[in-house]
Amino acid sequence: MKITISALVENKPGVLTRISGLFARRAFNIDSLTAGPTENPEISRMTIVATQAAHPLEQIEKQLHKLVNVIRVTEMDPDNSVGRELMLIKVHAPPNKRIEIFDIVNTFRGKVIDVSRSTLVAEVTGDTDKLRAFQELMVNYGIVEVARTGKVALSRGR
Amino acid sequence: MKINGAAALIKQLEAEGVTVVFGYPGGAVLPIYDAILDSSIRHVLVRHEQGASHMADGYARVSGKVGVCLATSGPGATNLVTGIANAHMDSIPMVAITGNVPSYNIGTDAFQEADIYGITMPIVKHSYLVKDVEEIPQAVHQAFHIAGTGRPGPVLVDIPSDILKAATVYKAPDGPNLEGYKPTVEGHPRQIKAALKAVRAAKRPIVYSGGGVLRSGAAPELTEFANRLNIPVTTTVMGLGAFPEDDPKSLGMLGMHGTSYANWAITRADLIMAIGVRFDDRVTGRKDTFGSQATIVHIDIDPAEIDKNVPVKIPIVGDVKSVLRQLLAELDEEPIDENRDEWFEAIGKIREKYPLDYDDNGELKPQTAIRLVKKHAAKDVIVAVDVGQHQMWTAQYFGFHSPDRMLSSSGLGTMGFGMPAAIGAQFAAPDRQVVCISGDGSIQMCIQELAVARTNDLPVKIFVINNGYLGMVRQWQEMMYSRRYSEVSLPPDAPPDFVKLAEAYGIRGERLTSVEQMDRALPGILADKGPVFIDVRVTEEENVTPMVKPGGSVSEQVEDEV
Ligand SMILES: Cc1ncc(C[n+]2csc(CCOP(=O)(O)OP(=O)(O)O)c2C)c(N)n1
Ligand SMILES: [Mg+2]
Repeated sequence: MKITISALVENKPGVLTRISGLFARRAFNIDSLTAGPTENPEISRMTIVATQAAHPLEQIEKQLHKLVNVIRVTEMDPDNSVGRELMLIKVHAPPNKRIEIFDIVNTFRGKVIDVSRSTLVAEVTGDTDKLRAFQELMVNYGIVEVARTGKVALSRGR
Repeated sequence: MKINGAAALIKQLEAEGVTVVFGYPGGAVLPIYDAILDSSIRHVLVRHEQGASHMADGYARVSGKVGVCLATSGPGATNLVTGIANAHMDSIPMVAITGNVPSYNIGTDAFQEADIYGITMPIVKHSYLVKDVEEIPQAVHQAFHIAGTGRPGPVLVDIPSDILKAATVYKAPDGPNLEGYKPTVEGHPRQIKAALKAVRAAKRPIVYSGGGVLRSGAAPELTEFANRLNIPVTTTVMGLGAFPEDDPKSLGMLGMHGTSYANWAITRADLIMAIGVRFDDRVTGRKDTFGSQATIVHIDIDPAEIDKNVPVKIPIVGDVKSVLRQLLAELDEEPIDENRDEWFEAIGKIREKYPLDYDDNGELKPQTAIRLVKKHAAKDVIVAVDVGQHQMWTAQYFGFHSPDRMLSSSGLGTMGFGMPAAIGAQFAAPDRQVVCISGDGSIQMCIQELAVARTNDLPVKIFVINNGYLGMVRQWQEMMYSRRYSEVSLPPDAPPDFVKLAEAYGIRGERLTSVEQMDRALPGILADKGPVFIDVRVTEEENVTPMVKPGGSVSEQVEDEV
């Protein structure tokens, strides 16, 4: 099962290493980890998507919390949070297929951001399911490369 | 007034109340060694940085203060690693200070550069790489605060040499100011009530207590708690002395080499009060069968320990001493008065049938040697052990009746810990008797620190329980590899000759070979004002019993039913 954890951390050198090291050492699998500044430049937000395996979620949260630079850890409840990820995807797009691909990109509210003679690059934002669905459709045209940001998330309301 | 970074560091160490530092100089820390000349802090020159880390550890265990060690960049820093890991596993408050190459050279593979900040990240409670001279006092202050509060542990402060040399004006820190670090001290009142409710309902309760009790200074509270509730107490190696072992309620140690009756009782208990412990595998054996019949109450300051190894019904996060006081206060309101005769009788029967014992045939057996040390030692003697059979026999047979006297590398199992830890302990308690009980293998791992005992005239007494083997490994090879001994023999007459070795260091060396001789010699040895090194020739192929095989269940040790 995949879980999403949001952590507010002090923006200090070494914090990212501490967190990724902790996951590795305690045998928690990270699917994605993103980090970026918040409204307060001294504090960063990390969004971590992990696969819950041998250790229960609580143990991950508590171990994270033990790190001195970690200020707050919250689990993102899927029903009460919004999460987004950005994907850039380069696919084979010979002239006779371009219109078709453009259509699919539009349907997914994405954007084509680069076109060359034989390929194009599309940008799509969404939750994991949407990105997966989009990527599956692109398989038919031949995917050249994919880059994804990993998920960022915030809780709803309040 | 302008001073340099090193002087600011020393000033801050003084402000933290540091009186002794264990260390070794080198290029990157020259500014510190210059500044320390003008300080009241005593510097103890070790002979290997590992020794410095274990001395700081032993010092911390006995004094209750944060131990401090100091090393230069590169190899000096990496030599501290074992001691830092050791302190981390046993939750010992320590600040390790290292110099590093100048900050403009960091990342260039400069001479004696090692990324000690990165290397130690998994084995510290926290760490600092100080990049601005203005930050030194604050970083050091936070380091001491973090090391010594909450669940204690080691903190590394790494300072590049140009930062140590840079000019600054010392500014005292205005508190630790750590937003992400606020240990919980008081237990939640609802959990306190829930715990006592569980005790009230229990017919066969047991206290399982560990190092957390000693670290929080809660031995008196634990004793009062067990006395007032009339509950049997078993302890881990780290917890020995938290409850007087001569009390009839004491079941001694539990776990792999614990007493049969402690392991029997914890298996049959319907309530386990786990206090300042972490359910280590050497204690629990197979986790799925440990305490499976019991409601478990777990008191610990570290929330991450709750449910980590064994699921717990009633967790109480907080400092053990505070929580025990809260429990006692509740008991004032509503006492629990149970005689628990049946439970004590049942345990008593197992104790009678399977006592902690060995075949004492008059030879100088290792267990007998340890008992003899006990017989002649001061009542409040501090005992530092190394790792192996002698460690377990000391834990089993010494009998610790008061806290902070048994220093053992329990979590990491670091051979070489004992003698430097004893030295650190002697610095913390100059007027108390300190003995080290080591093995013929372990003692050679930090033997160079004999020089420190000599040059500082420390009256430590170092007993080498010389069985001619890496005994604990030999025992496992005997039991699990059908006695195919592989690289475990250290024939007693092979090098070194321990007596001559001691004498080469200017230390009195003795060799004891029989019970009578040992009994006669010990008073004189223990009364010696200086260090003494004693080669105790014991019987060779003795095993530590009882034993729960690794991965086995503690319940299998004694199958008897109530
Ligand atoms: C640094 C280190 N290396 C290896 C081990 C593995 N080990 C555990 S006990 C032991 C034998 C210890 O021999 P000795 O000090 O003579 O003690 P004895 O068991 O004979 O009492 C060894 C090699 C260890 N614990 N620490
Ligand atoms: Mg030996």
